[in-house]
Amino acid sequence: MAEFLQFAFSGLTVGAVYALVALGFTLIYNASGVVNFAQGEFVMLGGMSTVFLALAGVPLPLAALIAVVVAVAIGLALHRFAIEPARGASAVTLIMITIGASIFLRGAAQIAFDKRFHSLPPLLGADPIRFGGAAILPQSLVVLAGAAIVVALLWGVIDRTLLGKAVIATAANRLAARLVGINTRRIVDFSFAVSAAIGAVAGILVTPITLTSYDVGTLLALKGFAGAMLGGIGSAFGAVVGGLLLGLLEAFSAGYISSNYKDAVAFLVILAVLFIMPQGLLGRAQVERV
Amino acid sequence: MRILEVERLSIAFGGVRAVSDVSLSVSSGLVFSIIGPNGAGKTTLLNLISGVYPPQDGLVRLGGEDVTGLAPHLLARRGLSRTFQNLQLFLRMTVLENVMVGRHRHESTGIPSDLLHLPLVSRQNRQTREAARSGLARVGLAANAEHPAGSLAFGDLRRLEIARALASEPKVLLLDEPAAGCNPVETEELDGIIRSIVKDGVTVVLVEHDMRLVMNISDRIHVLANGRTLAEGTAAEVRSNAAVIEAYLGVHGSEEAARAFS
Amino acid sequence: MSMRALLDHRLAPVAAIAVILLLLPLLFPSTYYYRIAALVFIFALASLGVNLLMGFAGQVSLGHAGFLGIGAYAVAIGATHLGAPSWLSILGGAALSGLIAFIVGRPILELKGQYLAVATLGFGLLVAIVLTNEAAWTGGPDGMSVPHLVLFGFPLHGPQVWYWIGGITFVIGAALALNLIDSPTGRALRAIHDSEVASRMLGIDVAWHKLAIFVISAIYASVAGSYLALLNELITPDVSGFLRSIELVAMVVLGGMGSVVGSLVGATLLIVLPQILTILHEYEQMVLGIVVMGFLIFLRQGIVPGIAAAFGRMRT
Repeated sequence: MAEFLQFAFSGLTVGAVYALVALGFTLIYNASGVVNFAQGEFVMLGGMSTVFLALAGVPLPLAALIAVVVAVAIGLALHRFAIEPARGASAVTLIMITIGASIFLRGAAQIAFDKRFHSLPPLLGADPIRFGGAAILPQSLVVLAGAAIVVALLWGVIDRTLLGKAVIATAANRLAARLVGINTRRIVDFSFAVSAAIGAVAGILVTPITLTSYDVGTLLALKGFAGAMLGGIGSAFGAVVGGLLLGLLEAFSAGYISSNYKDAVAFLVILAVLFIMPQGLLGRAQVERV
Repeated sequence: MRILEVERLSIAFGGVRAVSDVSLSVSSGLVFSIIGPNGAGKTTLLNLISGVYPPQDGLVRLGGEDVTGLAPHLLARRGLSRTFQNLQLFLRMTVLENVMVGRHRHESTGIPSDLLHLPLVSRQNRQTREAARSGLARVGLAANAEHPAGSLAFGDLRRLEIARALASEPKVLLLDEPAAGCNPVETEELDGIIRSIVKDGVTVVLVEHDMRLVMNISDRIHVLANGRTLAEGTAAEVRSNAAVIEAYLGVHGSEEAARAFS
Repeated sequence: MSMRALLDHRLAPVAAIAVILLLLPLLFPSTYYYRIAALVFIFALASLGVNLLMGFAGQVSLGHAGFLGIGAYAVAIGATHLGAPSWLSILGGAALSGLIAFIVGRPILELKGQYLAVATLGFGLLVAIVLTNEAAWTGGPDGMSVPHLVLFGFPLHGPQVWYWIGGITFVIGAALALNLIDSPTGRALRAIHDSEVASRMLGIDVAWHKLAIFVISAIYASVAGSYLALLNELITPDVSGFLRSIELVAMVVLGGMGSVVGSLVGATLLIVLPQILTILHEYEQMVLGIVVMGFLIFLRQGIVPGIAAAFGRMRT
């Protein structure tokens, strides 16, 4: 039982990061139809920028804030300089462009930062909390709480504000949204900016537990995508559920089966979803019209 | 001989009954038209017959053989061919190559011989190219043979699609709104092309909105509305059928029409 | 045959490449150049496989380096653990890659666009994970050494050997590819690229054709991977890594999707330039990223078709 709780908590913690990455994917996908593979790099940038700013003497809270701003700026640049000029290209071309961007960001991070692993001091101290025989890191709770706050905030904006309505409209039908006067370009800007911010926050919160380095982005992107697919591509709530579920699946298979192949779980999940239920857990089935 | 038979065909998309309990029977060598107001399910019916969607109910018989739910490429090999409402041409290939692909089911080389480009492949290429050229000449596109298909004018694209479909030497050709977007001159040419196709022994099933073309060329007309059969008969019979007029013009409009004709 | 007919012949590009292959060594001051050229031909072979899949059949594979790895490790494992002669391992690796492509391809190729992309990406990562983890067979993250090729009792190793083997294999591979393109199968593949719906309606078994070209492209990559292992006499799991897969795609995009010669051009640029601009070594990933983005945004057709279009005549 203690073991089960242990795995469950570490799974949920990591799952919270996947959930935030998946949420970012979904936001951008809904607003623009692009699967943004550079999503994982936002997480990396959040963690690494904070680390290096702190090393340079900037107080931690300010460093974190600047890191988020940097990520947002890069997200906007990604939209304006890489995605927008390729408007109308096929979905595959767009995904490859985002892959190119993620490689570029990785390469830049390698130079601007370094190739080593780095950590950040945990927010609530490092002593594990005992619960039901399991040892839980306080930072896990910080990650889960942070994720919950982000999701709540985002839901608040989307559901309660005019801007949120505009985002929903753009996701439903881009042309119709433009016809009613919505500046869809700004909406897509917004989705990239928010996704980047969400990713960066996730990166900052989880670095004390999982450490960070210049190349964590790739696997995170794949796993975030798996989470989004599991929950149902296009569904924000599904993204969160899918991400958490993926984290749990990973932790349990690592704990009970083999920790070497933990990373393969995401890939297997993607395949399973694609072949068994392409609409995911919470998405709607789509009929392809010829 | 009944070359194409459809019995009680049905399909629903998420609650919308697109095609419901439709039966029809096409005799070989005729022009059989399917008409109906927008949303009547005409293209869906074509998609069901040509294997694009598997029907949820009912069956399709081609030349007496039950072909319900067969994949499109297997139907093609049994002599069924079609054109598409929104044109599905190979725009990156040349006009000639488009028709050459149409010859695919008559080509007999396999991957190993293709990889090695054995003499039989050269021979096959030559045969296919010649057959494609005459196919193009038949629809009047011989001059454009080496142009990329994407560079053709709209009316020519429609003729290219027909040439490509004919290249597979089908027994039954389904034409999905071939006159859509065509001007009267092009529609007139289409009329001529369809007549020459039928003269060569191909049965034509035509889905169309252009009533003049339909009335001029059809041997038999089947009317769909809301996914169901409304009427079937000769052009004259269908034209004067009150229910058909009402389906197209609405109750109010059909009263107007009746008054106009009396 | 008139000059025009000669130039227009289907295999003209192959003849040109063969000539280059024969004459190039005259320019080589040292074996180092042989090595670079050998790498170019090896990667050109792999990217030609990717090109057949992406450029002609219109599919996508972001994990093709997985097959590179299977071919490479087949040679390493065959020699170290199975005592097999290297030439047999090359064939065995190709057969294994073909088999895996067949099994994985059947379900995967039913997926559309971006889902196929992610699925192939996952496949590549999975191969890399397996190669890293099964240390008993593969030597783990540090890799394995590879003994050199022995043919009829003669040891064959060194850059010069692999320049010729790699070059000749590429010439053969290019000839096969050009043959395929100008044939019923080639037309069917190009048709599938432009419209699967219409292709089916003309009797083309789309699923089977996609699978066939996937298997063929896997074999191309596998042979290239085997040569790579034998050239370097060492192999590590990142031969099948994500970055490698993207490099292969970048070579195709750069050189020109759907251009056989383009595969060679793309491979040349992506291998030779970093060697020339050694100061850029640190910036390799950044440059790769910019190259991929830049070409996909601004010059999607790639270099060779771009130049050909500029001259108003299409040559592959």
